[in-house]
Amino acid sequence: MNAFVPFAAILSSVLFILALMWMSHPTTARRGVRAGEIGMAVAIIGALVQHEVVDYNLILIAMVAGAAVGIPMALLMPMTAIPQRTAISHAFGALAVGLIGAAEYYKHAHAEYAGGFIMWALMFEMLLGFLTCTASVIAFAKLQEIMGSRPVSFVGQRVLNGGVALATVVIGAMLAIDPTQTWLFPAFVALALLFGVLLVIPIGGADMPTVIALLNSYAGLAASAMGFALGNKLLIVAGALDGASGFILAVIMCKAMNRSFANVMFGGFGKVVAGAAGGKDDRVVRSASAEEAAMQLENSSSVVIIPGYGMAVAQAQHKVSELYQALTKKGVDVKFAIHPVAGRMPGHMNVLLAEANVPYEQLVELDDINPELPQADVALIIGANDTINPSARDDPQSAIAGMPIIEADRAKSVFVIKRSMNAGFAGIDNPIYYNSNTQMLFGDAKDMVGSIAKELAGGGSGLH
Amino acid sequence: MSSLNPDYLFVFILAAFVGFQLIKKVSPLLHSPLMSLTNAIAAVVIVGAISITGEEGATPLAKTLGFVAVFCATVNLVSGFMITDRMLKMFKPRGK
Repeated sequence: MNAFVPFAAILSSVLFILALMWMSHPTTARRGVRAGEIGMAVAIIGALVQHEVVDYNLILIAMVAGAAVGIPMALLMPMTAIPQRTAISHAFGALAVGLIGAAEYYKHAHAEYAGGFIMWALMFEMLLGFLTCTASVIAFAKLQEIMGSRPVSFVGQRVLNGGVALATVVIGAMLAIDPTQTWLFPAFVALALLFGVLLVIPIGGADMPTVIALLNSYAGLAASAMGFALGNKLLIVAGALDGASGFILAVIMCKAMNRSFANVMFGGFGKVVAGAAGGKDDRVVRSASAEEAAMQLENSSSVVIIPGYGMAVAQAQHKVSELYQALTKKGVDVKFAIHPVAGRMPGHMNVLLAEANVPYEQLVELDDINPELPQADVALIIGANDTINPSARDDPQSAIAGMPIIEADRAKSVFVIKRSMNAGFAGIDNPIYYNSNTQMLFGDAKDMVGSIAKELAGGGSGLH
Repeated sequence: MSSLNPDYLFVFILAAFVGFQLIKKVSPLLHSPLMSLTNAIAAVVIVGAISITGEEGATPLAKTLGFVAVFCATVNLVSGFMITDRMLKMFKPRGK
């Protein structure tokens, strides 16, 4: 039976690689999931038939219990909560990695392993595993709004973080050099867990997409490190794929905000609220009603809808989809412009609109929609603010200068659905609201989009 | 007896390289399902947890740690694959 094991690992690795390959496009993506599932099944069977494994009871009980938790979690989770689920799922994965590392450590806590490669790999694996676990729990708490999404900062934070990081690494190194010092081990685990908490509390809600992607990458690297320690190539491959994926997504998120990793991790974005422009109250804001907006939308030939996180908060995606259907029926070309950081995790906005039955061809990314915007008759902004702020492009002094934006202001006319004139998350003034081609639709996103859609469906006959 | 086996590094570097190439090609449309899929794939650490829990002569501590690890990894992989599929099912082309 053992002869099968290395081949099972090769087969699983191939299937995992195919899974990612097929993820490239919506038409093949579900096949990718199948490949991943089969790969996982092969890997698990491979692990179960090793002749070192003699006791199956505990394993089966744990697997049944895990499935009993995992299945309802997958079926009942609303799509708006996908970022939270992903965060908590990283925590579970990282905890598993940490615990396996701990068990391996106790197995190897003998003088003969002192200073050996296995010990170093195990320490590295546990450091990443345990810190990713608590960091993901904090990210989950922030996303679920159990904790405030504002950055938490205090005096001496950097010194404390640096101290904890240093202490963790030093104790980890001491254990690697002399693994028989088992009394140090709980301190190592506790410090790694604490470091994870400290790492994420200073990061604000708007940076969550980057943080989740980074934690995804850490969880993968931890799995790879475990592969090095256990001498398991399948773990190395799967971990490297996950690590690469998280890393690329984190880079994309950083680029979309024109910020560096260091800035995301230590910047405390959203703290500096510039109350600079004193004369801004003199500027004129034009507001319009749902009827007026409906009439103008109906008479357009092309409309670009720009959704932001505010749309998701207001749960307006289904109403937005109704609006899309109504306009399409009237022969208006409607596209959605999706900014990479619109949402609380990479790609979140696409999932929400897909759930509301918007065909995926209509969801257009930033670089592809910007050249089309000057020809668009109407840009309709729903719950987006910083991602359409022209000062990022025009004002080098702006706090978000250089951040790629969706150039909504270049459309022939602009409608903005917004609750009030309050500044956005980053507290940055947005000149688009005062442009002469902009009209504000004040109100809740869901209600406002709903009434525009109703106007369009009712032919604007004023029956209400 | 234990120093870094260069084979492992070789495998890691190649896999990371393949990963970069593949992920770069994934449409931004699918970044959320991509993340939950890779997360589910990383739950393959369950194979390590299985060895620890079921191995001959496992100490009670190892069995306990392994048991929790198998549980966590199972939650992760079951919910990860299922929710990825649930998300992907919603991505429909025009006219459907």
